[in-house]
Amino acid sequence: MPTFEVNSHQYDVDEDGFLQEPGIWNQDVACDFATTEGVEQLTEAHWKVINYLRNYYLQFGIAPMIRKLCKETGFKLNEIYQLFPSGPAKGACKLAGLPKPTGCV
Amino acid sequence: MSNPNPKPEELVQIGYQPPSKDWMDPSVEFRKGTFCYSALPKNLNYLGLPNAREWQPFDEDWKLPPDWKQIILDGMKERLEKYRSFRLFMDICVRCGACADKCHFYLGSGDPKNMPVLRAELMRSIYRRYFTPAGRLLGPLAATPLAGGRELTEDVVKEWFYYFYQCTECRRCSVFCPYGIDTAEITMIGRELLNLIGCNINWVLEPAANCFRTGNHLGIQPHGFKDSLDFAVDELEELTGIRVDASINRKGAEVLFIVPSADYFGTPHYYTFLGYLALLHEIGLDYTFSAFASEGGNFGLFNSHEMIKRLNAKVYAEARRLGVKWILGGECGHMWRVLHQYMDTMNGPADFLEAPVSPVTGTRFENARSTKMVHICEFTADLIHEGKLRLDPARNNRWTVTFHDSCNPARAMGLLEEPRYILRSVCQRFHEMPENTIREQTFCCGSGSGLGTDENFEMRMRGGLPRANAVRYVKEKYGVNLLACICAIDKATLPPLLEYWVPGVEVAGIHELVGNALVMRGEKPRSTDLRGEPLVELEAAHA
Repeated sequence: MPTFEVNSHQYDVDEDGFLQEPGIWNQDVACDFATTEGVEQLTEAHWKVINYLRNYYLQFGIAPMIRKLCKETGFKLNEIYQLFPSGPAKGACKLAGLPKPTGCV
Repeated sequence: MSNPNPKPEELVQIGYQPPSKDWMDPSVEFRKGTFCYSALPKNLNYLGLPNAREWQPFDEDWKLPPDWKQIILDGMKERLEKYRSFRLFMDICVRCGACADKCHFYLGSGDPKNMPVLRAELMRSIYRRYFTPAGRLLGPLAATPLAGGRELTEDVVKEWFYYFYQCTECRRCSVFCPYGIDTAEITMIGRELLNLIGCNINWVLEPAANCFRTGNHLGIQPHGFKDSLDFAVDELEELTGIRVDASINRKGAEVLFIVPSADYFGTPHYYTFLGYLALLHEIGLDYTFSAFASEGGNFGLFNSHEMIKRLNAKVYAEARRLGVKWILGGECGHMWRVLHQYMDTMNGPADFLEAPVSPVTGTRFENARSTKMVHICEFTADLIHEGKLRLDPARNNRWTVTFHDSCNPARAMGLLEEPRYILRSVCQRFHEMPENTIREQTFCCGSGSGLGTDENFEMRMRGGLPRANAVRYVKEKYGVNLLACICAIDKATLPPLLEYWVPGVEVAGIHELVGNALVMRGEKPRSTDLRGEPLVELEAAHA
């Protein structure tokens, strides 16, 4: 299994660099993974998205609908892409320590 | 990540000169961008599939079981006896080559092993060596170019994996075969055999395992489904001023409605979901969703016949439990191949249901009298034909639309006219792509059958090139800026394909456009479409 090392932290990740154990997530993890997603500094706007995803995941075991994420955080989809260049599923979810959604998405 | 995706101008330089090495040489290079990652052990374990382990296609050692060769040969023998079509397809090909240039992966890659005839030959050569009288008589001597046989080696297994996961089972080639050989069925058997020794891809098996656990590919649990549905109902009320009823697991409803789970998760799928809710409310259909049968799609189709049956069983089981009369199905591609061609014999007969009749028009859906399941495009086209809907097509004036026939509804169930009839009723500007790229000759999105994953990006862009090229044609000729389709995989994978090859064309489901055009009784004046974008006048749209 691949590992990802940064700032003297080591994480088990999948082939796409997603955290394998969502349970070990904390804010430091988000900061560590930001480096892989072209996010230079985590701003208040980033945290708003990350925290929303994280709380939704803890309640429902999956990421929210993209439309719901946009509406509840107040960011349009293109603004989410500006914050997380890989987009909501691949970028924002990775920083929030969520597994990658699979299927027809 | 370390391997940036090639640019379109690089990728379009396709060499059609065959390589110098003999086709019988099975060696392949697993280059990033051209294959899918292996299935995670947890997913194999969840489904009870053999040889769960950590491995990747680019590893030298695939950690096959010690008796892998016997497993494959036994599996092939069993299937040759069980499926007459399989034996027939092994025997009757005359290699005329009519299929050769019909495959989108061949057109986009130039790799001759993506010619359907040669992809099938990868298996036929094993068939000739081990299962024909001459092959058995000659033994290893049959493994020569003259005899057309090959020894089954680990390299052949790797070659099968590479090419049977470079086929989207779209069946375009079969349209052109003078013998009617369905090469997709050969790919399906190839994947089944690989499955016996644990060579699967994660993009197929994780959705399948999720489906087993939660009823849908995405792994959405019942409370998550309800949360998404409630959100959609709220948003539709904001957009239209009308609060619709949408129930889950309601016993005694007349109709069970099953959609692909991406419709209540992804974008742009979600806008189609809003369209369904608006339409079914407006006509007053007595329907319910199910949190158990919360997925219309069936990734078992991309794994094995057994898995199709296991994942499909919930459809009739839930229809029986809820006591509905018949089943309505949403916009999904491969789902309809399973429902139309497999469900009835695999998990039927559903003789506890009634032959579907539209309660609004009285139309009897004779084509579905056995499966008891109606496609929403058939249902909606009938509503429009009988004058039951008030439609204002001007509300779709920001779009100039073309229609991508999703492979399975077109080729596996002949759903060709209904989507077009709907589109012509709900929008004012509709233009067809060239005739050899639509209807039963439609070109695949290039990402179907479980290949729509990011690590496979280059091969997806190659496979989708013929489709994108046809879109480019109508974009340049008519100013098309929207590609309508009726498949959840399309809605997920056509946007990046078009962004890559034809920027400026967006993707939508047909029922999103229906929802935009639908004039609902008591609605507030609409200022936006279902995406929340302002409605435009035709003149303004042209300006």
